[in-house]
Order: sequence, then structure tokens, then C-alpha cells
Amino acid sequence: MDWTSILANVAGELFHPVTAAYVIAAIGLNVHFGLTGLLNMGQAGFMLIGAYGFAITTLAGNSALTGFLVGMAAAVLFALLLGMPTLRLRGDYLAIVTIAAAEIVRLIGRSTSMTWLTGGNAGIAGDGFKNAFHATCLLPEGDTTVLFWTYSNCYSNSWWLRIVAWVLVALLCLLVWRLMRSPWGRVLKGIREDEDAVRSLGKSVYSYKMQSLILGGCMGALGGIVFVLPQAVQADSMGRPTTFFVWTLLLLGGAATVFGPVLGSMLLWSSLMLIKSVMRDVIPATVLRTEQIESFSFVVVGVTLMMLIIFRPQGILGDKKELSINVR
Amino acid sequence: MSADATRSVFSDVERVPGARKPDPILVADGVHRAFGGMVAVDVDHLEVQRGKITALIGPNGAGKTTLFNLLTGFDKPDKGEWSFNGRSLAGLPAGKVAKAGMVRTFQLTKALSRMTVIENMRLGAPRQPGENLFTALVPPLWRPREAEITEQAESLLRRFKLDAKRDDFAGSLSGGQRKLLEMARALMNGPEMIMLDEPMAGVNPALTQSLLGHIQALRDDGMTVLFVEHDMHMVRHISDWVVVMAEGRIVAEGPPDDVMRDQAVIDAYLGAHHDTDLGDDALLSDEVAEQLEAEAAEEDAERAEEATRREDEEGRA
Repeated sequence: MDWTSILANVAGELFHPVTAAYVIAAIGLNVHFGLTGLLNMGQAGFMLIGAYGFAITTLAGNSALTGFLVGMAAAVLFALLLGMPTLRLRGDYLAIVTIAAAEIVRLIGRSTSMTWLTGGNAGIAGDGFKNAFHATCLLPEGDTTVLFWTYSNCYSNSWWLRIVAWVLVALLCLLVWRLMRSPWGRVLKGIREDEDAVRSLGKSVYSYKMQSLILGGCMGALGGIVFVLPQAVQADSMGRPTTFFVWTLLLLGGAATVFGPVLGSMLLWSSLMLIKSVMRDVIPATVLRTEQIESFSFVVVGVTLMMLIIFRPQGILGDKKELSINVR
Repeated sequence: MSADATRSVFSDVERVPGARKPDPILVADGVHRAFGGMVAVDVDHLEVQRGKITALIGPNGAGKTTLFNLLTGFDKPDKGEWSFNGRSLAGLPAGKVAKAGMVRTFQLTKALSRMTVIENMRLGAPRQPGENLFTALVPPLWRPREAEITEQAESLLRRFKLDAKRDDFAGSLSGGQRKLLEMARALMNGPEMIMLDEPMAGVNPALTQSLLGHIQALRDDGMTVLFVEHDMHMVRHISDWVVVMAEGRIVAEGPPDDVMRDQAVIDAYLGAHHDTDLGDDALLSDEVAEQLEAEAAEEDAERAEEATRREDEEGRA
């Protein structure tokens, strides 16, 4: 068994752009669920909206910044559309509407009639829309090897993307940390606990829930942009499983914490890689084929997560005290 | 405020439902709310005197809490108009009603369990610029106000003897302490009028006395108090004026002692025990309680028998 290459693969996942993309989307979900108690079951919809906004805009020859702004604007509109009818109702309605809306976005995106815009089922190939991001690269052209990892400096799954993605993660963590400890975050926490109480104290609960939905949705869209930059835009790569991965890693790391999403995402994707690599090495192909190993590794991760939720329901970084008092 | 002063304020007020008060802070007209075919609230006219404690009593299902919900924007009436300090509040959402100076508490306490006591209190304060998303990012813009709020919160906590619990989660408080916290939190809002929905429900007797004292202190500070209550004993001791509701309507108004002798109230409220003085402390003695329990048990037994008989008949049919 080649442990060096296995460990290099596993450690490579820790700072992979897709890991960062999941962190960003989970920070958004944390604003929704951890801070405000909103049950958004369609974070993948926000990611897909952001990805389409960015890819379609840059494909038309605009700069990466314009693409980013269009992605954000689309997410704001999407949040308003979802929030306006549902945020006055009980929490469960938002869950139903978001999961359905995310599916609608995906199904429209992959439908044949939309091929002219979204590429339909085939999606938008990477070499088209990535040029705009490539153009922002501050590193020299070429490849760089650091320890075991060799990546292109600027293009696609690059060092530049890694730098940008993790700087974004750091900035968003800082933002959430600041907001959680502000009076604004306090109102959101109050809404999470009991929105009628907050209403009786003279706050406009609807407006705060909308702000939270928009802010977290924009983070989801940003996560979607980072998600597609090392690969291609493909509607089915951001379906229901994506939403549930985001939920899983948020709960794994600990909701309502600043670093929960970061830890959760790193742990989920690196342990998945570890299980896959070891099984490929140890189990002969006559017993389990490569694609079967792929599926089986998800089973193992699922069982591990179940154990974790049973024995540590607040997640790794969560506050046991905050969770153990359950007298609603 | 002395009892004499109270008497003089209400001396010219008629003892009839919907009576005019000398200086009403809250005036409601034609408030109507039906749930399907059931009329929950149908109030023609109601005035609440400024700076006094007004009790809203009535049997279960009389529509007291529904009226509370309507007046505070937690429910929407089918029709009706009401004004607070001369400003119409009809149709305003709950948050705006609270901002106008009319703050309520709840029958089932809504302490924010997984927040500390002091955070609960801070949340009650108005005009915190840091509650704006963008201002929140720049602490120097809201820190001074936060310091003011914290100071105010701490003095209120001392007043309500909750200062020892400052940094505990609200979920760890006892039922009575939560009632106190909710009341203190409402006061953070600096209301002109505070509406208490069954402030005594689920409070242990040892705390009752101090709660009553706090409510009277609010009035003495110049606040108007309107509260819903079942406990007649408490109503008689602290309220200046009593409004009685039955089946959604106001059936009587008057000073507590008069109201408890009013025939309409007796009919609506008391049923079988109409000859008992509700304010009588003897009612609270064990023997009377046992006797009442026994009567209630008898009634239940009769009802159960009847139900069995009916079931038998249905079975036979």
C-alpha cells in the first residue's frame, strides 16, 4: 500500500476548492439555520443559481467581477421570491418551498429547451466561462509543486483558485463572527428561539428573516461559483445530494458556530477520500469494483455520521450547554 | 398612588360595559373576531384608563386572550378600530404596536431558552443601531448604546431579583423566574402600557406576592397595566378597575368589589357557586377546596355515566 500517495490525496482534499465551496455554502446555511432557525432545504438551488449567473455572464465576454455581481443579484431575487410568500408562515413551509424551488431550478437548467442558455443536460463546459476568472490571476503562468501537490498556477483547478477560495472562506468566517456577536445577530438568535417573543418586543421579524435568507442565499451562490470553477457547470452536480452534503457537514462541524462549517467540510471530504483510497488499495476488484467502492464509501461515511449525531448531537464544535437545555 | 386617589378617578365613571373614562390611553370600538361560526370576540366599546391597573376577567373561552392578541397585532380582527394614545393601531403588525409603546407578555412564557438572561434583556431594548445589518459590522457605532442598555438591564434585573442569574441560560430558570424575566424584558422596551396575559399562571405561591408587588410598582411608576387573570383573589387585591368578558362580549365593568357582586358577572362566571364571595380568602382554605373538588368529581362521574349510557344505546342501535 502506498501510504504517501494516499495521505497526499487525503490532505489534498483539505484545501481543495470544492471543499472550500462547500464551506462557503455551509456558512450561508449556518446563517439560515444556526443563527435564524430557517429550514432551508434548497441550498443547492442557490448554488446553482449563482453558478449559472456567473458562467452565463462571463461566457458572454464580461469580467469575473460582473459575473460575480450577476450571480449575487440572481441569488437576492431568488431569496425574495422564496421568502415573500413563506416567511410569514410557520418554518416547515420554507423547507417545502426551498426543496421544491431548488429542484425547479435544476430541472429548468437541464431541460433541452434551455440548451441555448444553460447548455441543457450537458451543461456549460469549463473552458468557456473560466477565462474570465483566469484573467484575474496574479500568479505567473505555469505549474507549481508544493510538497506532494502539483497544480497549474492559474488555470481551472489551480493554486490561484485555492488562494481565492480560502481567502473568501476566511472573510466570510470573519463576517459571521462579527454578526453573531452583534445586536443584529442577537435578534436573529431570538427569532430562532421564539419569533413571537421577538415580535412582542417591537422588532420586525419578517424583515430580519428576509435579511437572513438573502445573506445566506448569497453565500450559497458564492459557494456555487467556487464549486464550478475547477470543473464545469452541470445542473445535476448541484441537486438534492448537494443540499444534504451541506447540511451534513454543517451539523458535523456544529451549527451556530463560526468554524463548524470549515471543520465539517474538511473532515467530511478528507475522510471520504481516505476511505475510498484505502478500499481501492485493499479490496480486490473481483470483490468490489471501483464504482461500487465509490458508493460504499458513502455508506461508511453515513454510518459514521449517524454515530456522531447520536453521541455528539451538537456537532464537533457545538456548545453542549446550549443544546442540552431543551425546554421549548 | 393611594386608594383614595384611585377612587376619585373612577368616581364619575359609570358601572356599565363600555363606560367612558376620564383619560383613556386605549380606546377600542366594534372589535369583532370569529373563528368559523364561533364568535370569539365582539367588543362594542372599551376604554382603559391611563396610569391604572385594569383587570380583564372572565370564564374560560370568554375571548380575553383573543382580545389581547387582536389589540397587540398578533391576530387580525374581522372588523374593528382601536387607538392608543389617540393613534390608530388597527391593522398594524405586532412589532409596530410594541414600538408605539404597548408591550405584552404571554400566557405561556416565551423566555428565549438558549439565550442568557442578560441577552434576553438586551433584546428588549429599542433604538439599538446595531440591529441594522450594516451598522452591526462597525461596533463603534453601537457599543455606546449597548453599554446604556446593559446598565438599564442590570438595574432591572436587580429590581426583579434576577441579577444572580445574569449569565445563566433563560431555559434554566424556574417558571416564576421566567415570568419575572418576561416582565423585565418587556420593561426594557420602555412601554407606556404593559399587557400581562395571566401573569400568575404557573407561578409558585411564594413568588406570587412579589409578582403582585412588582405589578403595583409599575403602576406607581406611571405605567398603565392591563392584565388577564383567572385568580380572583389577585384581581381583587391589586386591580383598580375590572372588566368582565363572557362569550366574547364585555358584560360588566366596575371597581373590583362592586363587580364581584354584579348579577351579570355572577351568572356568566360562577354558575353553581353564585352565592360565594369570590374575593373571600376563606375560599382558599383546604376544606372549601376539598368540598369543591368533591363536587367537581361528582359532576364528572355523572357526565361519565351519561356518556357510558349513550355509548351503550348506540351499541345496541
